[in-house]
Amino acid sequence: MEDREIKDLEAAVEQIWQIAQDFGLDPYPTNFEIVPATVMYEVGSYALPGRYSHWTFGKAYHRMKTMYDFGLSKIYEVVINTNPSYGFLLETNSPIQNKMVIAHVLGHVDFFKNNTYFSKTNRRMVESVSTHAQRMMEYEFKHGRKTVERFLDSVLAIEEHIDPYFFIKREVSNEEQKRRAEHRPREGRYDDLWLLDKAERELRDPSAAADKRDDDSKPRELLPEKDLLYYVMKNSPSLAPWQRDAIAMVHEEMEYFVPQMQTKIMNEGWASIWHARIMRALDLTDNDHIEFANLHSGVVSPQKGQLNPYYLGYKIYEDIERRWNEPSIEERDKFNRLGKEGRDKIFEVREIENDVSFLRNYLTEELCEELDLFVFELIEEEEWTITEKRWEKVRDQLVANMTNFGFPYLQVEDGDYNNNRELYLKHRYEGTELEMRYARKALEHVHMLWGRPVHLETVIDEESTVLHYNGDEHGED
Amino acid sequence: MSIQRNDWSLQRKGIIDQERHKDRVKEAIRKNLGSIVSNEAIILSDGKRTVKVPIRALDEYKFRFNYQKAKHVGQGDGKTRVGDVIGRESRGTGGGTGAGQAGQEAGTDYYEAEVNIDEIAALIFEDLQLPYLQEKAKKAVQSRKTQFNEIRRTGVIANLDKRRMILENIRRNAREGNPRFGDIKKEDLRFKTWEEVMRYESNAVVIAMIDVSGSMGEFKKYIARSFYFWMVRFLRTKYDNVDIVFISHHTEAKEVSEEQFFTQGESGGTVVSSAYQLALDIIKQRYKPSDWNIYPFHFSDGDNYYSDNEEAVRLADELISTCNLFGYGEIGEEGSSSYRRSSGALLSIFSDRLHHKDRFVGVRIDDKEDVYPALKQFFGTRGVETPA
Repeated sequence: MEDREIKDLEAAVEQIWQIAQDFGLDPYPTNFEIVPATVMYEVGSYALPGRYSHWTFGKAYHRMKTMYDFGLSKIYEVVINTNPSYGFLLETNSPIQNKMVIAHVLGHVDFFKNNTYFSKTNRRMVESVSTHAQRMMEYEFKHGRKTVERFLDSVLAIEEHIDPYFFIKREVSNEEQKRRAEHRPREGRYDDLWLLDKAERELRDPSAAADKRDDDSKPRELLPEKDLLYYVMKNSPSLAPWQRDAIAMVHEEMEYFVPQMQTKIMNEGWASIWHARIMRALDLTDNDHIEFANLHSGVVSPQKGQLNPYYLGYKIYEDIERRWNEPSIEERDKFNRLGKEGRDKIFEVREIENDVSFLRNYLTEELCEELDLFVFELIEEEEWTITEKRWEKVRDQLVANMTNFGFPYLQVEDGDYNNNRELYLKHRYEGTELEMRYARKALEHVHMLWGRPVHLETVIDEESTVLHYNGDEHGED
Repeated sequence: MSIQRNDWSLQRKGIIDQERHKDRVKEAIRKNLGSIVSNEAIILSDGKRTVKVPIRALDEYKFRFNYQKAKHVGQGDGKTRVGDVIGRESRGTGGGTGAGQAGQEAGTDYYEAEVNIDEIAALIFEDLQLPYLQEKAKKAVQSRKTQFNEIRRTGVIANLDKRRMILENIRRNAREGNPRFGDIKKEDLRFKTWEEVMRYESNAVVIAMIDVSGSMGEFKKYIARSFYFWMVRFLRTKYDNVDIVFISHHTEAKEVSEEQFFTQGESGGTVVSSAYQLALDIIKQRYKPSDWNIYPFHFSDGDNYYSDNEEAVRLADELISTCNLFGYGEIGEEGSSSYRRSSGALLSIFSDRLHHKDRFVGVRIDDKEDVYPALKQFFGTRGVETPA
């Protein structure tokens, strides 16, 4: 890219930024960076630049890069939710592509800044992940690359099983710790001796031991616990300190990604609606306008069979805006809508909803019909067949599939199962079975982290079943 | 708000982790050699250098829903109705790729690794060798190998060692008080030079015999050929001077070209002794046992004419007495287990009646996965006799 083009682009950024603000968008300052495809795909496959090393990232990178090299798919843009934010532009983008991407990125950044599910997000995450990467590298150096890699394999197997509202727990536990710290006697070099003394006293007097059980020997977390990753980190009987630290790092990174997983449809829809409006507000030549129209329809067109999150989100926002701008008589009377409130309403929605509530509250019968949404399932293991078109059922299915960002909901029921420090997990079955081969393999990973027998209660063929794994063999009853 | 353009040429994280992924692929291949050795894609690769083989060990296992048993939401063109079929599941493949356009997340159930046949060969051959190889009196053939093992200040420009040159350059500049790279002078140049290493090897001939009678069905021929496919590759990679004689037989035996050997289909009955007789004749004419290490191998389903068994055993004994090792592989029906093992098949007859069993290796193959163990059994490490 020539200097002149960069100058043009800088001017475009200023202009787009101004238009965005006039529309009421409120993004963080954003730095744009023009990068070659290799870097684009690298950032795309790691989701954040500078993360720790793992072969699964290499696998994703290789796949994306290959797709690009063969011309099968192309990422135009990657955006990083930090303050200031970063937008990456592919160096082969045309000027119009770049303008649209810049507008789209500002839409995302506005969403990151203002949607409430991001309110606890670490905005200096790039720095955090690079210190994680540093630490992970030290662990590799100390314990061997293979050891760390194998361990991460197991951690990543359960990385999605965290609590999206973990920050509440952290705030509480910080306070709790402060309170305890005030009561704890000063720690000294000989404290372990007092512990021996205490153990002996308990031997002589079992009732003291019983007290202790209730006191601090057993994990005192409230069960069930949704945050499997955290629970394992905290309570696994077998992990070394570096391993707990590695889990903590993965946990922290997942906390950062969870809001993005919770708002995919909303976020893409929001960015799409604003890139469209901003581009229309720019003075484009006819040719540029045609190029833009092509690009835009490529992004927000329905794909037959599949559900395009960009398109779905885009349509829902437009529909909300219309309904609040021109409420029906019934809506005026019943809900006291005055009209001309569309813009305010969509800004409110982008602030307070996530995908689940967004769809639940704003996917209407008319939209379902217009978008021709349906439920499909596999009939007799052979034909994928449309089985439902009633809009409430379709909406509910969509909401159900979005719940827990599309992952099975697991929870820790007991960390001392059989009074033997075994881990008992329960899959909260809601009508869809687990893929069993994967579940067994994933259970092996959990066992590797827990170090003692693990159990998973789930439902197979409509019957409650418990899977066991003790390190040698799988069981089931 | 800014636009930046940095130099990313040193950014290599993705590439480094891609290497890690490749390591994992390699490791998985090593663990799955048994099934990879007999993978159709490789045996039928037809000269291609890389092939794709499924490797399950590289899945990222998570707790996830069974895509096939779940309900999904899709979008139509405005005219869909309940009961419309929007996609079909490919049957029997377990994972499959899901329903046409509909099954977006089903994905493949396994990772298909692109593997280089030479790399696999290197792994397979790692600990294979010609057993009981002896240094024969005459005609020990030399083979010449080139090894780059020295660095000099002068040489052919094509052999310039750039890395060392850069180091020298920086070093010299540093001596002159300006540690940087640039201003290359003649004294910075470093060249790799080579040495020719002579290797002494014994002569060896492998006589590959295959049964192409009517009872050798697709599966059996496939097994025999995959064995020989690797055997031939193995011999050519590891030994510079190994002759291979190809013999195919039904009721009669004939010497064939390598191509015929691997492609020909025949029919008719089975007279094993015909192949052994031909092998003995060829040895007599061309490969004097005092000068050659001789390795006959024979693959058959063991369904020999009853009247020929006596003769087959006699000739096999004769073969063994002239050669270093005689390998016999008997191929069963696909997926069959041991039900034929006790019948009148050749393998049991050989193990009962042969006189020289110490240089006889008999292997039973019922499954594709048995090919690799068979290779290991035939070419595994055995006492290499030190020359007198």
